[in-house]
Amino acid sequence: MDVRNKLEILADAAKYDASCASSGSKQARAGSLLGSTEGMGICHSYTPDGRCVSLLKILLTNYCIYDCKYCINRVSSDVPRARFTVDEVVRLTIEFYRRNYIEGLFLSSGIIQNPDYTMEQLIAVARTLREVHRFGGYIHLKTIPKAAERLTIEAGRWADRISINIELPTAADLVELAPEKRREDVDEAMGDIREEIDQRRDDRKAGLKPPTFAPAGQSTQMIVGATDSPDAAILGTATDLYQRHRLRRVYYSAFSPIPFADDRLPPASPPLVREHRLYQADWLLRFYGFKLDEIVTPAAPNLALDVDPKLAWALAHRDQFPMDVNRAPRELLLRIPGIGVRSVNRIVDSRRHRAIRLADLRKLRLPWRRVQHFVAAIDHLPRAKDLESEWLRARLGGNATGLRQLDLFEAARSAHSGEV
Amino acid sequence: MSSVRVIEVEHFEAWRAAARELLREGVAAGDVDFFSPSVQKSLFGGEDGDGGESDGGGGGDALQQRSVKGQGAVAQRRDTPTVPPNFIKYARRVACHRDEQRWNLLYRLLWRLTTAEPNLLHVAFDDDVRRFDLMAKSVGRDAHKAQAFVRFRRIETEDGEQFVAWHRPDHRILRLVGPFFSRRFKSMRWTILTPDESASWDGAALTYGPGAPASAAPAVDDLDEMWRSYYRSIFNPARIKLAMMRREMPVRYWAALPETQIIPEILAEAPARVAAMLKYGAAGTRAVSAAEFLPEARDLDSLARAAAGCRGCELCERATQTVFGRGPSAARLVLVGEQPGDQEDQQGEPFVGSAGEVLNHALAAAGLARDEVYLTNAVKHFHWEPRGKQRLHKKPPSRAISACRSWLEAEMAAVAPRVLVCLGVTAAQAVLGRDTRALKTRGVPFASEWCERTIITWHPAASLRARIDGERERIARELAEHLQVAAQA
Repeated sequence: MDVRNKLEILADAAKYDASCASSGSKQARAGSLLGSTEGMGICHSYTPDGRCVSLLKILLTNYCIYDCKYCINRVSSDVPRARFTVDEVVRLTIEFYRRNYIEGLFLSSGIIQNPDYTMEQLIAVARTLREVHRFGGYIHLKTIPKAAERLTIEAGRWADRISINIELPTAADLVELAPEKRREDVDEAMGDIREEIDQRRDDRKAGLKPPTFAPAGQSTQMIVGATDSPDAAILGTATDLYQRHRLRRVYYSAFSPIPFADDRLPPASPPLVREHRLYQADWLLRFYGFKLDEIVTPAAPNLALDVDPKLAWALAHRDQFPMDVNRAPRELLLRIPGIGVRSVNRIVDSRRHRAIRLADLRKLRLPWRRVQHFVAAIDHLPRAKDLESEWLRARLGGNATGLRQLDLFEAARSAHSGEV
Repeated sequence: MSSVRVIEVEHFEAWRAAARELLREGVAAGDVDFFSPSVQKSLFGGEDGDGGESDGGGGGDALQQRSVKGQGAVAQRRDTPTVPPNFIKYARRVACHRDEQRWNLLYRLLWRLTTAEPNLLHVAFDDDVRRFDLMAKSVGRDAHKAQAFVRFRRIETEDGEQFVAWHRPDHRILRLVGPFFSRRFKSMRWTILTPDESASWDGAALTYGPGAPASAAPAVDDLDEMWRSYYRSIFNPARIKLAMMRREMPVRYWAALPETQIIPEILAEAPARVAAMLKYGAAGTRAVSAAEFLPEARDLDSLARAAAGCRGCELCERATQTVFGRGPSAARLVLVGEQPGDQEDQQGEPFVGSAGEVLNHALAAAGLARDEVYLTNAVKHFHWEPRGKQRLHKKPPSRAISACRSWLEAEMAAVAPRVLVCLGVTAAQAVLGRDTRALKTRGVPFASEWCERTIITWHPAASLRARIDGERERIARELAEHLQVAAQA
């Protein structure tokens, strides 16, 4: 089988991975001759599914000894198989990079022989790129659960980001669908990585110059909708991971890559909308100062699909609106539906110098149809009748066609920005 | 009385020098009119609709009108005007914009910042600041797209390999992004051509030269095909969002992007690829297995009856009947083959064809009676493909092997043999996992997850397929020897 055939099979097998980020690494690797990372990732192309192509995202092999029910590469699947050699991956990465097709490499693998052996193969690719080719571009390695700690540590030495998939929201879900994987193993590996990152940070504070270790941090991916776990469990796990292991990102991946095939979701709600809502909620938790119990509650453990979580919160707390853009503190401005972090910064910056009027807000190009009901300015006050109206939700939320629109244009984008 | 001064500038540094001098002289914003040498309306501006590309707006013209008298006197002379660092940072970007009024806008802002409004940049709603922001944003975005969409093509020259790209930016951003490319492609010699100017890196220095048409760059690269293969494979045909793609990768850049050539093609292929995804179970249907068909009673008779109705995989659709295991529940040996063949499928009993005959001989030679061992297969339905009128044996798909595992587990639990014998490599791999290597271990008992004493030996059919003289006999003899080992283990 030639390299091109292998590429077809092993890129195809990687297309289910949600992560495509290439950002977060600022420092240049000393002595590199080819490649750079400058903080912001670059999307070099877009495919007709609306997703960006930033990294050469491939599997080293899609052979796998495990039988995880949600995974197309499970041992019991009939999917065509292939395996790259280390050198083939290295050559492809270098040659693609030199033509400016990509930002770097995202390498993952099915598990062959045993976790340690597989991990050693992934490391060999990254090490060869760094040491032999003096490659300074972005490398994301997916670590293998149950691989020895020293291997995870070595991966971090060569990679910008390492990730380990948590796979499913709860330990019970894992038992059901991925019997060979255990939550404790994943947790332990994430803990090892976090400790190593902390260690380097402390060393730097102490004035030492420790060798690079995963400068873009660690991330994970969770499959959504394969089990009955509600959004509260998913976001709870994510919050826990952000806090305990300080992950940079948690990616949510709709169980079914084929829209409408997941019969556990109500037929009127495309599964991608749920994925989209989770990204929005994730963003609210990390950048908008929301607490988990403000977004999901035991009584309502799932996110609404018809409105975004910020709008849902506002509709449930109408007594706090309208928010006066000339007076309300920053953290409350962040709670206004339709106004993002950048617009809030502009408002806070400007209002110190002059009072904000309706015409000024218009210049920020906010989604005014939504925003108007929740803000007050010098010459604008929404009608109380509208804000209290039972119809407000229906007017602002999506109907069935609205959801389709959202699905088509926004879901993929939200994986990037999560802006709500 | 002062008249409007007219000043020609091309790049940011020239404007900066001129502006500094004008400030020193106290020349008010309305008393000067900058222009660029080749005043040319943007060919591409306005397409992305984020403003800033429209004409100078009321501000510039109005100021010129107001510039007749006395404005200069209001301003104090300054030898060292200070401005916020952000102004310089974003002014550099605005300077690359194709809007003819950019220099005047920059000087107007500079004038306002240094005279009465030092905090001006914080007032995002001011019309000048807003235009400044939008123009800086528009240029920043264009520079980012250049970093993304430049495609180098490798050529061989007398001095070795060189990489050449042609790119058409919306604004004159080449000098903004030149340093980025020299940091990133440090060890390469490269040239980026744009209609306005070009940038070259020889491994040590970055130089700028005249512009060039697209035809000046090589049209193809050896790696284009490989890149297109990747693009095709990484695309998820189940989610199609063309508007999203076009918004992020505007069509005006497509001509220089090799991957965009196959977009119509991969869209046409999408339905077939979705069908393939469904087939391989990516659609999220839980893997069906025989487990759902297992009866409550787990004795061999109950199992055999239940297995007759198994629909755990798709093999049942083309096979005549389920061929379940045969033999006593007290058997000391369980022999597992791969799957039933044509004869077995018709008779409903394992090892009754020609391979069965070979096995019978070997059993006899090993001193074993056929009715004292339990005979079964990893897969209980015949998998075949038509060859003329014949039904040709085909290796069972791994999904079938996995689905059928529950039956074998139930049989092993019911018989609890002392020894498990795997007949042939494919049988061994089906039972023990695909990493199983039979060559080294044939005939040697080892412990497996299934049984303390597991032995891999030849499949009797291997003896029938042997072409070399003596092979046939050797395999039959070894099979008998291994069975004898199993009998005594």
